[in-house]
Amino acid sequence: MARYIGYKRPKDIGRTLRYLIRYLGGHKWMFLFVAVLVLISTGANIMGTYLLKPVINRFILPGDVTGLLKAVTGMGLLYFVGAFATFGYNQLMVKTAQKVIKEIRQDLFAHVQKLPLKYFDAHTHGELMSRFTNDVDTVQEAMNNSFAMLIQSFLMLTGTITMMLVLSVRLTLIVVVFLLLMAAFIKFNGSHSRKYFQRQQEEIGKINGFVEEMAAGQKVEKVFNHEKVDFERFCEMNEALRKESTNALTFAGMMVPTIVSLSYVNYAVSACVGGLFTLSGMLDIGSLASYLVYVRQSAMPMNQFTQQVNFLLAALSGAERIFDMMDEEPEIDEGDITLCNVENRDGKWVECEQKTGNYAWREVKDGRAVLTLLKGDVRFHDVEFSYVRGKKILNGISLYAKPGQKIAFVGSTGAGKTTIVNLVNRFYEIDAGTITYDGIDIRRIRKDDLRRSMAMVIQDTHLFTGTIAENIRYGKPDATEEDIREAARVANADSFIRRLPQGYDTMIYGDGSNLSQGQRQLLAIARAAVVKPPVLVLDEATSSIDTRTERLIEKGMDAIMEGRTVFVIAHRLSTVRNSKAIMVLEKGEVIERGDHDELLQQKGRYYQLYTGQFELE
Amino acid sequence: MLRRIFSYMHQYKIYAVLAVFCVAAESIFELIVPVIMADLIDVGVAGQDRQYIYAKGIQMGVCAILALILGVGSARFSALAGQGLGAELRKAEYERLQAYSFSNIDHFRVSSIVTRLTSDVTNIQNSVSTGLRPFCRGPVMLVSATVVAFTMNARLALVFLVALPTLAVLLFLIVKNVRPLYSKMQNAIDLVNRIIQENLTAIRVVKAYVRGDYETAKFEEVNLNLKSQSEKAFRLAALNMPAMQIVMYGTILGLIWFGGRMIQNGEMQVGELTGFLSYVMQILNSLMMISNVFLMMTRSMASGSRILEIIDEKIDITDQDAKDLEVKKGSIEFDHVSFKYKKDAEEEVLTDITLNIPAGSTFGIVGQTGSAKTTLVQLIPRLYDVTKGEIRIDGIPVKNYPLEHLRDAIAVVLQKNTLFSGSMIDNLRWGKEDASMEEIREACRISCADEFIDRLSDGYDTEMGQGGVNVSGGQKQRLCIARAILKEPKVLILDDSTSAVDTATEAKIREMLASRLPDMTKIIIAQRISSVRHADQILILDDGKIADIGTHEELLRRSPIYQEIYESQKEGAQL
Repeated sequence: MARYIGYKRPKDIGRTLRYLIRYLGGHKWMFLFVAVLVLISTGANIMGTYLLKPVINRFILPGDVTGLLKAVTGMGLLYFVGAFATFGYNQLMVKTAQKVIKEIRQDLFAHVQKLPLKYFDAHTHGELMSRFTNDVDTVQEAMNNSFAMLIQSFLMLTGTITMMLVLSVRLTLIVVVFLLLMAAFIKFNGSHSRKYFQRQQEEIGKINGFVEEMAAGQKVEKVFNHEKVDFERFCEMNEALRKESTNALTFAGMMVPTIVSLSYVNYAVSACVGGLFTLSGMLDIGSLASYLVYVRQSAMPMNQFTQQVNFLLAALSGAERIFDMMDEEPEIDEGDITLCNVENRDGKWVECEQKTGNYAWREVKDGRAVLTLLKGDVRFHDVEFSYVRGKKILNGISLYAKPGQKIAFVGSTGAGKTTIVNLVNRFYEIDAGTITYDGIDIRRIRKDDLRRSMAMVIQDTHLFTGTIAENIRYGKPDATEEDIREAARVANADSFIRRLPQGYDTMIYGDGSNLSQGQRQLLAIARAAVVKPPVLVLDEATSSIDTRTERLIEKGMDAIMEGRTVFVIAHRLSTVRNSKAIMVLEKGEVIERGDHDELLQQKGRYYQLYTGQFELE
Repeated sequence: MLRRIFSYMHQYKIYAVLAVFCVAAESIFELIVPVIMADLIDVGVAGQDRQYIYAKGIQMGVCAILALILGVGSARFSALAGQGLGAELRKAEYERLQAYSFSNIDHFRVSSIVTRLTSDVTNIQNSVSTGLRPFCRGPVMLVSATVVAFTMNARLALVFLVALPTLAVLLFLIVKNVRPLYSKMQNAIDLVNRIIQENLTAIRVVKAYVRGDYETAKFEEVNLNLKSQSEKAFRLAALNMPAMQIVMYGTILGLIWFGGRMIQNGEMQVGELTGFLSYVMQILNSLMMISNVFLMMTRSMASGSRILEIIDEKIDITDQDAKDLEVKKGSIEFDHVSFKYKKDAEEEVLTDITLNIPAGSTFGIVGQTGSAKTTLVQLIPRLYDVTKGEIRIDGIPVKNYPLEHLRDAIAVVLQKNTLFSGSMIDNLRWGKEDASMEEIREACRISCADEFIDRLSDGYDTEMGQGGVNVSGGQKQRLCIARAILKEPKVLILDDSTSAVDTATEAKIREMLASRLPDMTKIIIAQRISSVRHADQILILDDGKIADIGTHEELLRRSPIYQEIYESQKEGAQL
């Protein structure tokens, strides 16, 4: 009952239905069975009413007790079957609906995992969430109720009209006119309330935005004693929302009483005209009485039918949005070169099953596997890239990272530092140029394997609900307790973890809000350290960690990354100081390259940054 | 709980009453119209009286118009009542949220606060707006139809005495048992949503570690759980319909049998029986309506309890010991202060802190990640309350100052700072609502924000976008400092607030603060030694305890931790 007509209509019903059928297809017999049960249930109901007259005329009035008993038993049987059918279709429908909804949710989630990051950049979380919540909900509600109710009300409507036609064709015309009137009103009301609901939706959007911003900045609000001013603004928006939603609900609420009143008028007109017909001998009084009963009955299914059609349309447009998302192109992955473990047998690298900590790229050429030892040699050749067509972020960048080197990127926000490392693991596709990894074009490497070959620590640490140990293990599902502790020690997180009440089993809730930003970063580093990856990317990974701790981590990391490639992006120059090669980026181009001392001698931008003459913006 | 939620209806109660009246009056017509109709046929048609037929027809038309007016009225009033309740609930929640202390805020996640203020309230208000009609119609129809049935034929009406309680018990059992199932289902929904939410925010991590399959498997688990929970709940709720049908059909059969026998014995008329049957439908239908409303309410009660959680959250920092005082100078004393975030936590976050910050001095704090630097300063404006010991400002315990005055006198630039959507000047005026342009310029000069603001084409009117997305980290920090200075505080606390500002500008800000605002007490938390080396005192915090306090030179001489930090930064520029 608390459902409303969605104001968005499905655009391409055909396609949405085809998709739906794909999900429902597996249950088509179930749906047919449900339809049959609805038919039985509705039939029993109508039949029961219909049988009343003959029972009265044939058994009750003549005083036939055994006949009456038989009739009542017969009707009882009929009703029992009817009620049982009702029970059956309700249960079946719930069961089927839940199954289908679960499948849709599961497929949607699995599909989301495959979407390119570009998609996530273009849509807000709220938008994506609402596919899973609101849209799936409307589809579920429609399947739980509307499907069966639609069939039922349609049957009731046609059944009633047929009965009326049998009784009097001419009188039925009156009812048909009124039914059309009702349908017209429902349509009118629907389109108007859609308008109001749209306005309500806008107000809800405004207040949501405000509340979201205020909830996020609540601590600042406190510090500035700003509560009163915000409360006043909130009250204004709250009042505006109240007015709009009152209008919307008034309109929606008018529908049923108006239909009921129309049905009274219909009733009155039918009665008067029917009465006059009877007076002129065109109709007998008994027929008039039962005819009027049907008139009374006809309004309800009419009302129900149109409402259910609206719900179904809303559900279809929800389903359309879901399927639109499922139609989004997944990440391209055309690579066929895979990653495998290798061991050194008599000076030769051969493929093996167990994890040796050494890896190789495995390419099948002419039916023969060719191995290339993974070293971590990453090169960019004239790479161009833009997030939005026409707005170039990287402008013909060429660079190289030799195996075992620590490469650092320094530059302002928007200079393209993060972009470069996001291209190495193919979070985004480049527009022009090539990126090679150990001499292989990264597009030829299977994406999962490419990403498995490197670990990434990004600035926004994202932790998952679960224990600390589980979060560290995220990087390597088969990590042992000892691996986890070892990684935590490297990340200098061991000491604070051990001081927590449950140590490594301490639960982290909601992105680790019970930890400080610095502690979260330590965990994110541990999560990468446990992988012991051939290539490591640290994107502002230590920005909230004090310099002393940072140095301890650096030492630990240097030990495990010995001979491996590390990319470091940092704001703080102390973080990048020890790198083999430091690249200073500006507006998508490398403007300086060299180690710390060389760059200082160049007296360029790095020198300015170092001496505090320039601020990274 | 229902009663508590409804108690927030306040001035909209009158509309609820009016709506109830309209619905009740309107449903009377449901009973009157068939009576007029019966007259029309029995008297008019049977008596061949055209005038009578017209008269009755007009009467019915009038009834229809009256019913329409009442119906529209009920729609309007129930919308007013429901949406009014919603608005009041939102207001009550928001008002309560404003009184929250930092530790109260820590209890709820931002996303959860937002849903509790929006969609949870929407659930309640809509179920009131739409549920009111069936909820009122139900009892009116029930009572009046029963009364009419009994007056028509009391003996036959006895059938109702069996049917009604049976159905009532059945429906009650369903509603009662479905309630816990719904709340289990709600938990399952929350779990599913949480997994999706986490997955979406952390999608880069998921992809970087190639854990898409793992995430999908994790989701499968909660998804399956949701499926079985909602199946259980909905299947039980779906029993409503067949239960109602069984009782209704049983009653019909009973009426036909007993009524038929009575007719055969000449104790009743046929017309009476058919009349009876139509009342049966009405009575049972009304019960059905009531139970439907209950089912709906049960579902929205999940939302209700989430709303009440916000309202019932115990606020732990209040003004109860406040006297009418204002901070005069801004000297700060910590007297054996200890602090834990939760009373039952084992470890103390801060242990036995005693220190003295004279008014107008500059006080630096350094220490490792997690050494509780931020916690320490947040105790001063009572963003959290101390667990043990006492903090005094100008010799008076902080609890004795009214919170508003205390926080006006102490400006904190938080580590995780926020700018709000609106223009730059709107954001700056957070510090002082009626600040003049000159005051604003002066504050920006001190925080060195004027340099870049003057370069912007729209200057102080530049739009910020949500969360201040249009400025860089360093610029944002300078704006936040200006915003704090505008408050003209006695104490200014900078919690790692210049980390993204270059060292030259930082030095300039420091000089400006010292020369323009010499009487203000300044507390500076920093990662960089260069940010605090000129302070009158520097505190080294280590694991929530005081490791040392002294000037830069003293600490460099005697504190190994300080030396180590200094060394780690010396090579890497004077950052």
